[in-house]
Amino acid sequence: MNRPVQKYHSTIISGFGGQGVMLIGQTLTSAAMMEKLYVTWIPSYGPEMRGGTANCTVVIDETPIGSPVIDRPTDVIAMNIPSLLKFEKTILPGGTLLLNTSVIDREPTRADIRVYRVNAGEIAGKIGSDKVANMVILGAFVGITRVVSLESVRLALEKKIGEKRPELLAMNLQALKAGENAIAGQ
Amino acid sequence: MAEKILLKGNEAMAEAALRAGCQVYFGYPITPQSELIEYMAKRMPEIGRTFLQAESEVAAVNMIYGAACTGTRVMTSTSSPGFSLMMEGVSYIAGANLPAVFINVVRGGPGLGDIQPAQSDYFQGTKGGGHGDYRLIVLSPATIQEAVNMMFDAFDLADRYRNPVLIIADGLLGQMMEPVELPDFITPDRIPNHEGWALRGKGSREQHTITSFDLDPVKLEEMNLKNYETYQKIQENEVRYEEYLMDDAEVAFVAYGTMGRILKTTIRLAREAGIKAGLIRPISLWPFPEKPIREAAEKVKMVMSVEMSMGQMVEDVRLAVSGKVPTPFYGRTGGIVPTPTEVFEALKREWEALV
Amino acid sequence: MKGIVAFKRPDALTSKEFTYCPGCLHGVAHRLVAEILDEMKLTDQTIMVAPVGCSVFAYEFFDVDGTVAPHGRATAVATGIKRSLPDRVVFTYQGDGDLAAIGTAETIHTANRGEKITTIFINNAIYGMTGGQMAPTSLVGMKTTTSPYGRKADSEGYPIHVCELLQNLNGVAYLERVTLLTPRDIITAKKAIKKAFTAQVRGLGYSLVEIVSTCPTNWGLSPVESLEWAKQKMLPEFPLKVFIDKVGDVK
Ligand SMILES: Cc1ncc(C[n+]2csc(CCOP(=O)(O)OP(=O)(O)O)c2C)c(N)n1
Ligand code: SF4
Ligand SMILES: [Mg+2]
Repeated sequence: MNRPVQKYHSTIISGFGGQGVMLIGQTLTSAAMMEKLYVTWIPSYGPEMRGGTANCTVVIDETPIGSPVIDRPTDVIAMNIPSLLKFEKTILPGGTLLLNTSVIDREPTRADIRVYRVNAGEIAGKIGSDKVANMVILGAFVGITRVVSLESVRLALEKKIGEKRPELLAMNLQALKAGENAIAGQ
Repeated sequence: MAEKILLKGNEAMAEAALRAGCQVYFGYPITPQSELIEYMAKRMPEIGRTFLQAESEVAAVNMIYGAACTGTRVMTSTSSPGFSLMMEGVSYIAGANLPAVFINVVRGGPGLGDIQPAQSDYFQGTKGGGHGDYRLIVLSPATIQEAVNMMFDAFDLADRYRNPVLIIADGLLGQMMEPVELPDFITPDRIPNHEGWALRGKGSREQHTITSFDLDPVKLEEMNLKNYETYQKIQENEVRYEEYLMDDAEVAFVAYGTMGRILKTTIRLAREAGIKAGLIRPISLWPFPEKPIREAAEKVKMVMSVEMSMGQMVEDVRLAVSGKVPTPFYGRTGGIVPTPTEVFEALKREWEALV
Repeated sequence: MKGIVAFKRPDALTSKEFTYCPGCLHGVAHRLVAEILDEMKLTDQTIMVAPVGCSVFAYEFFDVDGTVAPHGRATAVATGIKRSLPDRVVFTYQGDGDLAAIGTAETIHTANRGEKITTIFINNAIYGMTGGQMAPTSLVGMKTTTSPYGRKADSEGYPIHVCELLQNLNGVAYLERVTLLTPRDIITAKKAIKKAFTAQVRGLGYSLVEIVSTCPTNWGLSPVESLEWAKQKMLPEFPLKVFIDKVGDVK
């Protein structure tokens, strides 16, 4: 974990509709905004969302962002198998692939990227709700990349769900932390 | 100015419009613009302004015509098929010299097309679309912040020239989220009151009438010539564009809106590979930034247009370049957004063919 | 699959699976129309016009020739088809936004001309496809994404009653409002659809069947709740009734 923190990150977050991938992206985006970084979030929208994968792209940088559309991301978060199949090949050499192993039971093929594995479903289940699996993943991602601080993510989440659903917030924060712990040593 | 907040492009344009003094909104739902009308439905009543969902775009545009006749700041938003339906009304509004603001969140076409981002309504926006000798002021933002600031510009331009203003966005800008700073609400004294021509009941003054026609061709020609004087002024004063890394550029890209923004990443790739590329990004599509492109053509080896269409703006670029250097084109259509690398590959092919 | 075939997919439907949301009644309506086309042996000579709305892909589900009209213009497109090929059977399938907002002029004039076509009109009181905006048939007080404070009669007017409007037009040969909430409703609806196509085949004039339907997704209700809501809220506003019947008895 002694890698220098690199600020430019282009991240594709992809999964089934309902896995909360849009929220992962939006929370990351809010956190980056709080750190006064430049950031863009774009969703996939329209028919492709109905059936297969939903994905969003987050670009974070210290200088104004050119393309919010990314074909060669620095990182991919794959929440399901179709996402792995679709996006593994697009990652820039040296980039990061984070796998949700509670859904993905197969191995990536690339050797020139860093792969991290988190059983988000199981960890979320222990916390008390499958629904926070997305925050486990986000916690892990922030732990890996350090693109924003976990503290900013916490603040972003507080803003988003804090006021309305305090009990939900507590669980989400726990999930973030658990996610971060889960990649320690990987 | 306030701190930054995270908004979807559609919502940001809506909020900016009402801060820019939009009093009345008429519209009809259509993807990928619906967040805009939905935001208006929620916010306009909240601040004591008027929102109405029309029964169609045809009705909406004529509601705009009516509201504009009263000199009230009014706007609508739609997406491609809806803007096609508005064309008749747009022609009348332009012919009647009325200020109004339109947003077209362009999607893939023709026909029903799809709901993905596109730039294939450039001809429609800049070359007419509706019938007759008229011009729209056409602006196109590349970022959400630019779109927000542009709403203020759009209402001001519409009022200043008594001419409809069209903002051409696309589905990607509409759906994207980006931190923005929202300017404050403008104060009423910054909005011209149009007392000199608006229809508000004549009281003790002489009657005002507003029409878009004259059956006497001599008079109609006079009307049109007068409009063309205005268009001339707009061309002289209101050209807007951004130049990016053009100082030492050997290749000038020309692209607008989302495509212009994507190209900045392509340019980085190009420069890493030793091709000195730069960008001229038209912000006003009409008046078109012809001069900077003409001047660039004196310095660069190639002027390459990139669009999310089969090539519409490229015709204006070629007019500006006038054959001085090669003017290749790269585009994707039907709602496909070209990626930075894909355009870079296209650039490499064109560049290698040239040198 | 094991067991006996209790009923089969009508020939007038393709093998493509419906893409409608779970519990949506568009699928039931499709099936009824297809069954009638089969029963009346019209499938081979029918041309359909799909709308812009959730049923924009209806031509993929019906195994008949078909096209999609611009939003609201289905009956005009159908008129063009019918006037070119008067011996074919032509029907439109339209939602409330399509038929009663943007397409109101076409609806009224097609009916008034007594155009020999049939319209299946799905009234779910909302714009389904675009994500739940207010429809001309939305109920007073109903919250939609463009009437977030509830539809107000004062500013947005009242729900449009399409059948009540059309019943004064002499060109209409068959006009009925039905629903699909219970098995019995479905039987009644099927009879209505049969009469509507019979009116066309006999050249009596324009026929329209309004189906009071549901949109669980955009009403924010479960499929079962949506049936109950339709019964409680929609039916009092849109009473089931035969408005015009120039067909008489059909077997
Ligand atoms: C000219 C035009 N305006 C708007 C739209 C967007 N649009 C597509 S479907 C639709 C409304 C659909 O509602 P409805 O007809 O009630 O059908 P439902 O989806 O509820 O079955 C709208 C407004 C369009 N496609 N074309
Ligand atoms: S959105 Fe509504 S009308 Fe459309 S398919 Fe789903 S439930 Fe049916
Ligand atoms: Mg409907």
